[in-house]
Amino acid sequence: MPNAHPKPLQLPPIRLAAAGLAARRGERLLFSGLDFTLAPGQLLLITGPNGAGKTTLLRLVAGALTPEDGTLVWQGIDEDARPQALMHLLSHRTAIKPRLTLSEDLAFWQAVNGPGPDAFEALDRVGLGGLDWLEAGLLSAGQQRRLALARLIVSPRPVWLLDEPTAALDAEGDAMVAALLADHLGQGGLALCATHLPLALEGADIVRLRLGAPR
Amino acid sequence: MTGFFALIAREIRLSTRRGGEALTLVMFFVMVTALFPFAVGPDRELLARLAPGIVWTSALLAMLLGLDRIFRDDHADGSLALLNHGQLPLEAVVGAKVIAHWLLTALPLIVATPVLAVLLGMDVEGWGRSALSLLCGTPALTGLGVLGAATTAGLRRGGLVAPILILPLAVPVLIFGVAAAEGGILAPTLFLLAISLLTCALSPFLGALALRAGDD
Amino acid sequence: MTAPLRDARSAAPRPATGFLGWLDRIGHPGRFLGWSGRLVLPLTVLTLLGLGLGLWLAFFGSPADYQMGDTVRIMYVHVPSAWLSQFVYGGMAVAALGTLVWRHPLADVAARTSAPLGAAFTALALYTGSLWGRPTWGTFWEWDGRMTSTLLMLFIYLGLIALWRAFDDPLRAGRVVAVATLIGALNIPIVKFSVDWWSSLHQPASVFVAGGPRMPGSILAPLLVMTLSFTLLFVVLQISGMRSEILARRADGMARRAARPEPDAQATP
Repeated sequence: MPNAHPKPLQLPPIRLAAAGLAARRGERLLFSGLDFTLAPGQLLLITGPNGAGKTTLLRLVAGALTPEDGTLVWQGIDEDARPQALMHLLSHRTAIKPRLTLSEDLAFWQAVNGPGPDAFEALDRVGLGGLDWLEAGLLSAGQQRRLALARLIVSPRPVWLLDEPTAALDAEGDAMVAALLADHLGQGGLALCATHLPLALEGADIVRLRLGAPR
Repeated sequence: MTGFFALIAREIRLSTRRGGEALTLVMFFVMVTALFPFAVGPDRELLARLAPGIVWTSALLAMLLGLDRIFRDDHADGSLALLNHGQLPLEAVVGAKVIAHWLLTALPLIVATPVLAVLLGMDVEGWGRSALSLLCGTPALTGLGVLGAATTAGLRRGGLVAPILILPLAVPVLIFGVAAAEGGILAPTLFLLAISLLTCALSPFLGALALRAGDD
Repeated sequence: MTAPLRDARSAAPRPATGFLGWLDRIGHPGRFLGWSGRLVLPLTVLTLLGLGLGLWLAFFGSPADYQMGDTVRIMYVHVPSAWLSQFVYGGMAVAALGTLVWRHPLADVAARTSAPLGAAFTALALYTGSLWGRPTWGTFWEWDGRMTSTLLMLFIYLGLIALWRAFDDPLRAGRVVAVATLIGALNIPIVKFSVDWWSSLHQPASVFVAGGPRMPGSILAPLLVMTLSFTLLFVVLQISGMRSEILARRADGMARRAARPEPDAQATP
């Protein structure tokens, strides 16, 4: 995998503070009293068994759900700015249109999410170099996941919400995700990552959060 | 703003790559029209008299046919969730969908009206009036259609619900559309334009509201 | 090289001798590309000669109609197109059987190429019919029995094309469309009969004069030459279309392999 190092780029310093966060799915309380703070360059690693509420926590942070209790405060952003426009979301639903080519996909999401490095550079970084002309429908599940990761590169944003980022990826893919994350944190970004696989992140500033079994 | 136009361009590109949906819709439009002579008989004078109503009914049905694709795929594959994290507010996303949907369904129908004019034995003036009334009235149908699609985006079997939801609301458009196509007085055309403007102005906001409500 | 085409072949045991064996040998996609390539040029020349002769006969070798005048000459394009609109569907029905029963790889390619051609000839028949109708009926369109069933024929072609384009996988599309083609073939006589019944309810006699075999030779000769040339034109277009379809599928296969390189051939272009 060509690993051309990106130009050092500083992301706006943003902090996230959660206090007494609780979420409920149906009648079940998934978690409550959750406190954490994230500063620039920090990664929140969310682990826990299935059904513990990892994805729900990410959706809370993304603003797609409202918390049952507690507060989520973003520091360092304008009063009237939408926090959504600062975040990248990566989940198992990759939003890939089979009939668009890889470069069309990236060009579209760059237009939607904001300018940044060009598509070829991003495809190289995720190991899809030279396939920009291909229709995305011909990619395997792992390759589609890589394409979804390339979207995070073409529009730099300070917050990454990653839901099982290494799902469907091979060992080399795991290393690639770890490298991308390390770069992102190095540029002063925040990341929240729900995973049950160990990520090879040496020297990263990791806040660990283990969600328990559902009560 | 680049995101807005990129979204419209993507809708058009997806539709043409997915096997020319616009063409299929036009075929449906022409076929429904061609059914009427079999049902009421090929009497030229009768057909010419019914023509505005036939054209508008066929157009309404064809517009309903395309509703399903507006949000369903984007909701299912996660595109909508990601678009919500774009720089555009969701209202602008829905607005782009309205424009793209009009370009992909209504415009091809209007372009195809000469074929209907020949089949129904309309004269040039009658065709012109029908095309003009469609031009003034289809934005309202598009706006309503997008609203229907937005309310049913997350439903697995929303395909049938949206048309049922929309049809009663489309009755005024049909009334004034046919009146405008029959010609004579200006008032129906102005009413039609008013309904279209109102619907198109409100649909992005109401559509975004419906999408957010259906998201949890 | 022809992986997507071969998949269909391996599913059924192949007869090795007799007519089917011969069909199988010349129908191998690679071999088809070979022998058909040599046919295109001579057939094109023959078609152009035939069309030239037919048009010359139509314009200078046949009389004007005592009622319709020179417009009757539209017939020399109209009738061959109308013939092809039916003939091509017949060919597609045979190809559909080939796809479903013998699983011949070329049958699917042939049917896929035929559908737009058949639709084009049907549209031409309708267009010329409508041009002919303007001076004869005083209108471009009349819900006459033959015109109406030709219109329905066009709808059937367009429906099949739409079905084809809705699929991503050409092999699966080929089988489904083959079934639809056969359903259409069974239904077309019923459609024709009911349209005739419907139009005879409303119109006592067709506007077209039934000429039949009593046509004078000066009309029959250009008509036959034009019909033959049009059929040849169809054959040329069909062969060229099949060649490009086969090549397009190969290109598609290559794109698929580019997406998933073999473990030992990781090189990207």
